[in-house]
Amino acid sequence: MAGAMPRERLERVTAWGGADGVMAYVYRPTTGAGIVRAFEAARASGRSVGLRGAGQSYGDAALNAENVCLDLSRMDRILDWDPDGGRIRVEPGVTIRRLWRHTIEDGWWPPVVPGTMAVSLGGGVAMNFHGKNNWKMGPIGDHVLALDVLMPSGDLVRCSRDAEAELFHAVIGGFGMLGCIVSVELQMKRVHSGLLEVEAVPATDLADMVGIFEGRRDEADYLVGWVDCFARGDRAGRGLVHAARHLAPGEDPAPAQTLRPVHQELPDTLLGVVPKSIMWGLMRPFVNDPGVRLVNTAKYHQSRVAGRHRYRQSHVGFAFLLDYVPGWQRAYGPGGLIQFQSFIPAARAGDTFPALLETARAHGCTPYLGVFKRHRPDDFLMTHAVDGYSMAMDFKVTTRGRRRLWRATEAMAQVVVDAAGRFYPAKDSTLAPEPYAAALGPERLARFRTLKTRWDPEHLLQTNLSRRLLGVP
Amino acid sequence: MAHLDPTLPWSRAIIVGASTGIGAALARRLGQAGTRLALVARRGPLLEALADEIAAADAPRPIVLAHDVTDGASVPPLLEQLCRELEGLDLFVYAAGIMPRIDESTYDTALDHGVVEVNLLGAMAWINAVAPRFERAGRGTIVGLSSVAGDRGRRGYPAYNASKAALSTYLEAIRNRVARAGVTVVTVKPGPVETPMTDGMTRLPFLIPADEAARIVLAAAARGRHEVYVPWRWRPIMLAIRAIPSRLFRRLDL
Repeated sequence: MAGAMPRERLERVTAWGGADGVMAYVYRPTTGAGIVRAFEAARASGRSVGLRGAGQSYGDAALNAENVCLDLSRMDRILDWDPDGGRIRVEPGVTIRRLWRHTIEDGWWPPVVPGTMAVSLGGGVAMNFHGKNNWKMGPIGDHVLALDVLMPSGDLVRCSRDAEAELFHAVIGGFGMLGCIVSVELQMKRVHSGLLEVEAVPATDLADMVGIFEGRRDEADYLVGWVDCFARGDRAGRGLVHAARHLAPGEDPAPAQTLRPVHQELPDTLLGVVPKSIMWGLMRPFVNDPGVRLVNTAKYHQSRVAGRHRYRQSHVGFAFLLDYVPGWQRAYGPGGLIQFQSFIPAARAGDTFPALLETARAHGCTPYLGVFKRHRPDDFLMTHAVDGYSMAMDFKVTTRGRRRLWRATEAMAQVVVDAAGRFYPAKDSTLAPEPYAAALGPERLARFRTLKTRWDPEHLLQTNLSRRLLGVP
Repeated sequence: MAHLDPTLPWSRAIIVGASTGIGAALARRLGQAGTRLALVARRGPLLEALADEIAAADAPRPIVLAHDVTDGASVPPLLEQLCRELEGLDLFVYAAGIMPRIDESTYDTALDHGVVEVNLLGAMAWINAVAPRFERAGRGTIVGLSSVAGDRGRRGYPAYNASKAALSTYLEAIRNRVARAGVTVVTVKPGPVETPMTDGMTRLPFLIPADEAARIVLAAAARGRHEVYVPWRWRPIMLAIRAIPSRLFRRLDL
């Protein structure tokens, strides 16, 4: 038997959605040398190392049960910033929050952001996150200029589109399986205002929503749809689309004002009175089938009454909806939540998403939140994107309903595979190896395994997710 | 996969003393509920047979480990190894226990030491390793199989009574330590159960099958009960028996 790990490092590490959690030996290095020491400690005890950024993945992507968890959140220095060219180099633990706060006053905004600013750049690049502008700007990886990656061997490899290009395109999106990203060089996007021009458009059903998206693809910079997953039949897919575009120079009379971080802050209270720190507790009584059905119906009809309308909103206010209520996942109760997000080619989207919702319902599970987005293919080996649409569906997990929900997602995964769709590891909690391989394609998987053998032959880097999707080495 | 009871909240469990009796019955039930199991007992071949039986019922095959609970020093690394193989731990059951057949003229120190070592010191060795882990996790369930026999000292089995009384008190103390961290400790007090321990004994009141005992234990543990009599009717009975003054008790044929 291999050597023992220091017991005082044993900590509980949880999935962000709260539906999964493990015990792991946690190391929080601040330097590359610290990472190498953690690699060596793991090796000496015959254990694997799972990389963890800000721990914002919904499922088990940053969990490594009973093995080493390398938490990179303390490596959070901004290494270099060029306010003229908008190039920034950061350590992996720097969050999107730190990033935009550092750059916005110079007129630069991250080219791609997810729905929360709590994610780290290291984790985000490893997952290759996308935003509400994926069809236009691609994933975050499209804006990464170069990466420094600390390989399991201890070698530091600088990779980009010019050097070690194959590794570059596999580390981005490779969910931490090839090496530990220790610096990210990113090209930011020039903005001329701290505000966006937003248009809210109710959608009566899924076809209507697709029509709204297609009609605004050229003019909009961001598109996102909220879907009321309780609506059925000819109302299936009803919801509300938010389209937004950046302001051109001159449209904002006082950009120096709106580009200040203080102008971007989210409100401390909701509806003017409720402190947002207690909001999740107030939401909790409604996070069940009748409660969400009621809230969804009210929200949809309210949006119908308001009709199509335009307003200006800060970047933060528009981009980071998930940050309005901190800890909102706790409103789902002790069982937490999982998300099932699938990416479906445009031609199949109209049939497939209603079929997914019906499959979930047939198992007695209805998503409490549905989010609809437009995507385009990208150059990354472990890509999750397609030329089409994605729907992210949040499901409540309970002790009693857990097995039923897992069976539901198993059936849904088959629907996705049959529609030539894809999955996204940052969101996944339930996928089996077969549908994952089928969705990604055997050729990509084989190339990935070849890279893994080359850069991490001893399989030092593993997570619960990697063992679930790729098998136990 | 067959699921007898989908409400059992544990996905990974270790059962010490799993080869026969209530421990084996708990293993069968948890196995059928889909819990990943590590089975620990002195007699490896019995565990292998039980693991085969559980696997044949379309459940994941349990990990088996031959271990003598009187070897307390080996427990911490064994626990670490089992947790690693299970990829975690939610439930720990201490079901090892012995009751050597003696008559009222037996005064045998070696025999009594053996009883205390298995019934009490083994439990301490395992729970001392498991409790701090669960405390750190802020969750977890520890089930200790004590006995109604620990509630009074009777003339038949003094060492057995004393070992179970000490185990009950020990479990209560551990519960008071770890409860605030969110860890559940369940003291189980079965009356007579059809197991190898009671084989051949006659006139046993309220004798129940081991599987029925296992069902009651798991239901109580899932609800986070502190102390469970198996079956429940032993609770009022033992309440009454405990209330009997010692002077009277020694004259009674209880």
